[in-house]
Amino acid sequence: MNGTGQQPELSSVVSAKGLDLTFQTNDGPVHALKDVNLEINKGDFVSFIGPSGCGKTTFLRCIAALETPTGGSLTVNGMTPDEARRKRAYGYVFQAAGLYPWRTIAKNIKLPLEIMGFSRQEQEERVRKVLELVDLAGFGGKFPWQLSGGMQQRASIARALAFDADILLMDEPFGALDEIVRDHLNEQLLALWARTGKTIGFVTHSIPEAVYLSTKIVVMSPRPGRITDVIESPLPRERPLDIRDSKEFIEVAHRVREGLRAGHADD
Amino acid sequence: MKSLLAVLTVLAAIVGLWYAACVPMNIHGVLVTAERGGAVVEPSDGAARREMSGVSLALKNGFAVPETWAQERPRLPAPHQVAIELWDTTVMKKITSKRSLVYHGWVTLSATLLGFGIGTVLGVLLAVGIVHSRVMDMSVMPWAIVSQTIPIIALAPMIIVVLYSVGVQGIIPKAVISAYLSFFPVVVGMVKGLRSPDAMQLDLLRTYNASKGETFWKLRLPASMPYLFASLKIGIAASLVGAIVGELPTGAVSGLGARLLAGSYYGQTVQIWSALFGAAILAACLVGLLGVIERLVLKRMGMA
Repeated sequence: MNGTGQQPELSSVVSAKGLDLTFQTNDGPVHALKDVNLEINKGDFVSFIGPSGCGKTTFLRCIAALETPTGGSLTVNGMTPDEARRKRAYGYVFQAAGLYPWRTIAKNIKLPLEIMGFSRQEQEERVRKVLELVDLAGFGGKFPWQLSGGMQQRASIARALAFDADILLMDEPFGALDEIVRDHLNEQLLALWARTGKTIGFVTHSIPEAVYLSTKIVVMSPRPGRITDVIESPLPRERPLDIRDSKEFIEVAHRVREGLRAGHADD
Repeated sequence: MKSLLAVLTVLAAIVGLWYAACVPMNIHGVLVTAERGGAVVEPSDGAARREMSGVSLALKNGFAVPETWAQERPRLPAPHQVAIELWDTTVMKKITSKRSLVYHGWVTLSATLLGFGIGTVLGVLLAVGIVHSRVMDMSVMPWAIVSQTIPIIALAPMIIVVLYSVGVQGIIPKAVISAYLSFFPVVVGMVKGLRSPDAMQLDLLRTYNASKGETFWKLRLPASMPYLFASLKIGIAASLVGAIVGELPTGAVSGLGARLLAGSYYGQTVQIWSALFGAAILAACLVGLLGVIERLVLKRMGMA
């Protein structure tokens, strides 16, 4: 990577240029990402959508410095991803809530705060704040197993929000939840995004979810993992649930579907 | 209630089997005594009786059967004989008496606990090293496994002799043998436990830029607790075996092992069996105690 010396545009949070990532496996090299170019601006809600194996999760993990690209350049807040990770530039939400069963919800949210050395008082304050933000006030003393799957995932989002990173990376956070819970959480996530103004990277394989949430939809396709289309959403930032019946929404969804189909046609 | 009945039935069956086994085991000796006492024994020829099986002797001499459960030095003592001996040597004797099983039990228990403590600390430290260092994983683990393939009964005298030659005796050699047996399950369990957090949980801490130490204290150690307790239960039982084995080759005068040894020297089978049961009861209590601690700790951690 050679992103260190580069001066990014003021509003650019994530900038990928010609990004390549090849995994060496026993069955030979696998092109997880090939020539990926993308700019994510401050305050964007960017969804990555595509079939499994298209590299959407891998790209998110590259931004988080959980994977190291083998070629091209990638900067996060103008730094290398690893520097950004060390500066705790992002909160990461995994597909599973991954709460520690031996910690209460409040203590789980304190985990990053303890590691980052916040004072006890500050910890309490922040836990209270983020629990309210994800609508879990009053559940701080409960253990994870006492909460439903949707509540657990909300707690894990609260954990990612607690240390106030500007970037929120979410890897299919609602993938394991049923559709009713999912709709509800999507609505809450939008409200949260509006309130906090964070930059969000969101991996999903649901077209309605991607279109409903995003200001920018990145359509990807597999073998090798690459971007086939980047759609700037024409929808307003204010989005009630019934926006999904509007003409614009259906048009965007249609374009996403076309992009996914095109990705499949040439393999 | 239903399961209590089933448990009692199994227990009764075992005791019944035991009583039944006493008859053929002891009948030869009973008939010799009876013949000396003037009773008519069938067949009257002692050499012929030795050739016969205990079952057929019992069938021919039904009168002698009750006596097989009441001998002074039976080959196989009856359950009530062992129970009475246990009662006499625990409750009825002052615990300072050399004939008190409580006294001997305490001698063995103190070595067991010391050895268990050493073994547990050693086991946990080795596991931490193995999990954090590939070199240790490859160099220590094979030796830990090999160490357990050597019969402890062969190794124990050597440990005692070597330690004696450097001036260490008393409780320490026994504790060392205990520790030798108990560190292994702790190593295996803790390595598994410390490695139990999945990739996602490790990635999460990586996103916080957590250090190795923080990963250990906040994730690996708490995650290993259920594994630790499973290992401790095996370890403490092994410790007790180690302490008893450690008492055998030294000709120790006190301890459950010494009771076993003395009993076998003097043909005191009742004493041997009561020492065996004493050891078993002690082991059950120790494992049970660990079970209680496990429940309390895991409950406090919210994991039970």
